[in-house]
Amino acid sequence: MNQVVCLKITPKIEQIRFDEQKKTIVREGVENEINDADKNALEAALRVKDALGGRVVVLSMGPPSFEPFLKLAVAMGADDAVLLSDRAFAGADTYATSRVLAAGIEKLKPYDMVLCGEASSDASTEQVPPSVAGWLGIPHVSYVSDLAVVGDRVRARREITDGYEVVEVRPPMLASLQLGCNSPRFPDFRRKRWADKEFKLRVMNIQDLGFAPGDVGLEGSRTEVTGLSRLRAPERRREFIQGDEDEVARRLAQIVKG
Amino acid sequence: MFLEQTDGALEDSSLEVLGRAREIADQLGVPLTGGVLGESVNGIAEECARRGAHVVLAADSPLLRNFTAEVYTDVVAAMVKARDPDILLIGATHNGTALAGMLAVRLGAGLMAHVVDLEIESGTGVLLGSVPGFGGSIVAMCKCKKGRPQMATVRPGVFTAAQPTGRAGTIEPFPVSLKPEDVRCQVVERTVRRGASVSKAERVVVAGLGCKDALALPKKLADLTGSAFGVSRPLADKGMAPKNLVVGSTGSSLHAKLAVVVGVGGAAHFTSGLRNVETVVAVNSDPNAEIFKHADYCVVGDASKIVPRLISELEGSGGDGK
Repeated sequence: MNQVVCLKITPKIEQIRFDEQKKTIVREGVENEINDADKNALEAALRVKDALGGRVVVLSMGPPSFEPFLKLAVAMGADDAVLLSDRAFAGADTYATSRVLAAGIEKLKPYDMVLCGEASSDASTEQVPPSVAGWLGIPHVSYVSDLAVVGDRVRARREITDGYEVVEVRPPMLASLQLGCNSPRFPDFRRKRWADKEFKLRVMNIQDLGFAPGDVGLEGSRTEVTGLSRLRAPERRREFIQGDEDEVARRLAQIVKG
Repeated sequence: MFLEQTDGALEDSSLEVLGRAREIADQLGVPLTGGVLGESVNGIAEECARRGAHVVLAADSPLLRNFTAEVYTDVVAAMVKARDPDILLIGATHNGTALAGMLAVRLGAGLMAHVVDLEIESGTGVLLGSVPGFGGSIVAMCKCKKGRPQMATVRPGVFTAAQPTGRAGTIEPFPVSLKPEDVRCQVVERTVRRGASVSKAERVVVAGLGCKDALALPKKLADLTGSAFGVSRPLADKGMAPKNLVVGSTGSSLHAKLAVVVGVGGAAHFTSGLRNVETVVAVNSDPNAEIFKHADYCVVGDASKIVPRLISELEGSGGDGK
């Protein structure tokens, strides 16, 4: 069972600030991390590997500075890591991003499963996994909370509106995993040392993937952002209710009863 | 627009999209076409035709009974090819989002994610979508610059459901030629519990991590006050409550008159879901908790002490309003 796991390196959103004058997001000085749901996807892949063997390759798109995060994934247990990196990839919407990721995955054939997190913590469009499956022409099972290989099929439990369903599908397939569906393992100490010192990251650029500049990045995108604004919270009364617990409870009861 | 059904029931989010889609169609002076896929979908098609769709395309097949992204993408893409719409709207449910992402690639179309507002740009007639990001605190105004149709998924709970109108649109069967082997994903089990929607409830009690393991208390408070029960995302992530109860940018936006929020810290992705609540009451042990910036009545204290007293206060008074 050969698997590819897509990882997005995201800014820690609690550190993000909004510049009211320039109407831009301030990213300077903001730390990055592996997107949480993508760590759940990696853990799901590693568990399948523990049970059935095969290879797990992690794949990300971004600048060379993302290398340490891919090495971290290798230290967690991934067999190989690929970074899709080119200035031309910058400014991509979900259409252009999924196109580049799918082209990277095609280079890793043959694969049985592609795993993604259900959403990124920053843009959180949830569109990249279904779009990657669209480019690859393989079935997609979304919002998966549990996944196992049963015979020649992948059996997955997925969330739907007000409930869940269990589906079975023959590989190759793509699954997007729910945030928090498992507890990602810690990096192995020895693997971490090996990853940091000896492991060589594979980097692929626009030529390697066979794209023209107009296919990718900002130019290859189908949508554009015309402006950003901060959603202001509505004005609230912010009255602090004072007194001992019984007094507070009495006052609250009045408010609740209207 | 895509009309989503599960087990023969139309999703609420589709009715909401239908309401706004009809307004946009009227503004542009174009017909609104809905597409419904499933088995025996005529009832749903008729309902949507009564609620504002000029035309409903009904693709009826046992092989469409269950949503599978690949097959639904094939059929909706065929509908788009047949009708060549300027705009294609889909409710941002789990299935709607999975369909939209795959379909946009198939059509070479731009897709705006779970918009919280839709407008038509004056002069150009271009669709503008408000796309929340970064935990719902920042909104990007977006449009589709290349490809047709202009696509958007619409966040559930932001638009008002379409009401029945005096006149009915027409229903057109949409023939599909599917073979059983085209359905690569087999649904082997499904459980749906249709509860009262948190998003639409008049009153809501929301519990967060500060309630620790004692969710019975806020649940009891919800029952006692006729409120729906919701949770913050971290509680659901810990498996302590189902995900459909989550309030905030990754769950439901509330539209309640009163929300009692217990033990929630108040991260931006949560408070964005309180925007349309009339009165917010917050209980948190940390006097500096973010949630108090988003509350009308603030109580600094331990939820495990305050909530039981509030419950006995409400039980004792017999609800006479004094």
